[in-house]
Amino acid sequence: MLERVQSERIQTDCTIIDIRDVTRSYGAFKALDNASLSIGKGEFFSLLGPSGCGKTTLLRMIAGFDTPTSGSIAVDGQPMDGIPANRRPTNMVFQSYAIFPHLNVEQNVAYGLKRLKLQSGEEKRRVEEALEQVSLTGLGKRRATELSGGQRQRVALARALVMRPKVLLLDEPLSALDKKLREQMQVELRRLQQAVGITFVLVTHDQYEALAMSDRIAVMFGGRIAQVASPKEIYQRPVNRQVADFLGGMNFVKAEIVEENDASLVVDTLGFGRVRTDKPKAFVRNGGAATLGIRPERLRVLWDNATAKFEVAGKVVERHYFGEITHLIVEIPGLEKPLSVTETNDFGADDIPVGAPIRLAYDPEALVAMAD
Amino acid sequence: MTAAAEGSPPLRMAGGRRNALLQSEAVQGVALISPTFLYALILLVLPILVVIAHSFWTQDYLTIDHTFTLENYRIALTEPIYRDLLWRSLYISLTVSLLTVLLAYPIAYFISFHGGRHKSLWLFLITIPFWTSYLLRVMSWKVILGYNGVLNSGLMGLGIIDEPSTALLYNSSAVIITLTHAWATFAVLPIFVSLEKVDRTLVEAATDLGDGPLRSFLRVTLPLSAPGVISAALIVMIPTVGDYVTPKLVGGKDGVMIANAIQAQFGKASNWPLGAALSVTTMIIVSLMAGAAVLVIRALQRLAR
Repeated sequence: MLERVQSERIQTDCTIIDIRDVTRSYGAFKALDNASLSIGKGEFFSLLGPSGCGKTTLLRMIAGFDTPTSGSIAVDGQPMDGIPANRRPTNMVFQSYAIFPHLNVEQNVAYGLKRLKLQSGEEKRRVEEALEQVSLTGLGKRRATELSGGQRQRVALARALVMRPKVLLLDEPLSALDKKLREQMQVELRRLQQAVGITFVLVTHDQYEALAMSDRIAVMFGGRIAQVASPKEIYQRPVNRQVADFLGGMNFVKAEIVEENDASLVVDTLGFGRVRTDKPKAFVRNGGAATLGIRPERLRVLWDNATAKFEVAGKVVERHYFGEITHLIVEIPGLEKPLSVTETNDFGADDIPVGAPIRLAYDPEALVAMAD
Repeated sequence: MTAAAEGSPPLRMAGGRRNALLQSEAVQGVALISPTFLYALILLVLPILVVIAHSFWTQDYLTIDHTFTLENYRIALTEPIYRDLLWRSLYISLTVSLLTVLLAYPIAYFISFHGGRHKSLWLFLITIPFWTSYLLRVMSWKVILGYNGVLNSGLMGLGIIDEPSTALLYNSSAVIITLTHAWATFAVLPIFVSLEKVDRTLVEAATDLGDGPLRSFLRVTLPLSAPGVISAALIVMIPTVGDYVTPKLVGGKDGVMIANAIQAQFGKASNWPLGAALSVTTMIIVSLMAGAAVLVIRALQRLAR
């Protein structure tokens, strides 16, 4: 509840990027279809979606490398129509980093400052400061070709940050790094954003990246924005199956709507019986059917004689071991698809034999209703 | 190479040391280049050695006096006529390479950045003039620049001049114009290749950091295409110094270049040693000039940062 209130405050009080009804068509194909979005000042905002969903197109239009077919984009209250990329208060970290190969680290970082004709001491100071922010102090004289992937990424960041943009745009900045470095950079990027207080707009197809770093996320599919919310809400209350599916595993259960009012829904399901759930804001009824979703980790194995207020019984059909967790596939009588369950291995879930009867506990709160 | 490398372990086991030698990459490399190498040795290195040897001898009517002397070099370097011809040749070739690069760059840039799907077609079109012989192309410039030529009649038709100008043909400008046209393609191709290699996101990055089109060109595209500019300049400069067909056909007496003098020594004047000394001098000076040109372009590149 608190989160929702906070994000609404950001939206209304101090918007830094205002995207209104933006469409970008290439012939008959719409890369972006009537997208509207407002991003708050100081927010870490992610555009999340599979490739071809229009997220990069949207980012490039904010940067000025692409123009909307219709609609408008304003940055800090100023409409960006007709303003070329070089005169926008935004800076970008490119997916390939685009480090100038003929310049060294210092010259790369100072590239944009040269035009501002700062006093040489001031320029040097700002370059040093930017290199320090990205922990590259002392590497100023390195040639761009002598840098590792992670270092190149830091140079690209420093080069953009040194311009003190109102908005920093990041186009899949971590996708070229290996897993370990990527996770480390996620933490660092988030920390850096908090330290400098600049609005970050990140494009990514990696849901964990978006969840870990963002204040808010816009999930996009096929040129449309499906949902804009905090990571927690996106994960726990996805508006539709597509969003739910994209953000990690989700068990889908067919449901029949019995009762509907402004705040809640009552549905009948085969496996979970009659369930009352919160009605999502964006829920639009489509006939009498709906879908209930539950995340695999919200189903708990009931051991021995333990009981729970809400439980379902079934049979283990598959077991997959993942080190710290075990993934169980459980067949429930009446459900057309078996449920997947993730269980930590503390209590020996990795020893549950395939074929064993099993009881699963769940919290009705964890069941989320989705439009079909 | 890969196929050979993959096949090598079983062969090595069977054949012992001799096979190991044949399988070594260095030996294979030498074997691969040896036909070309021998060809170059016989047709390039040997003649140059012969020329260098002659430059230290003396012509004695119909025979060659084989005693070592530097007299030919003294004449080549101090006689005003040769000095002037050499200077003129250098001036012409430098001007031609500069003009050619200046004209070729926009063409290469256009094809590379705005050629779209038709890049190959554009490149193909550029090579069309090469389908005719070089002599014909030089002769056609004679038709354009001559007393009753296309340019003169055109200018007279427009009322810009009253009588045909004789300033167009038979001088060094005519040589420069003709050579610039003849070498344009050779300059377009290397510049095009180096522009193709420029990562377009770098230009976007420069724009993102505040550079307008001209600045991003000067600070990113141009420095990164410098290797192409250097090779274009050298490709044009080195052969044009020694060109003698063009000055002979369109140069008149003001357009004579050092190669014409060298040809005369080997021909009518029948003084091979002096011709050889002139050739060697020209070669050395061209090499120095080429080196200097590379240094100048590198320095400009550094300045652009």
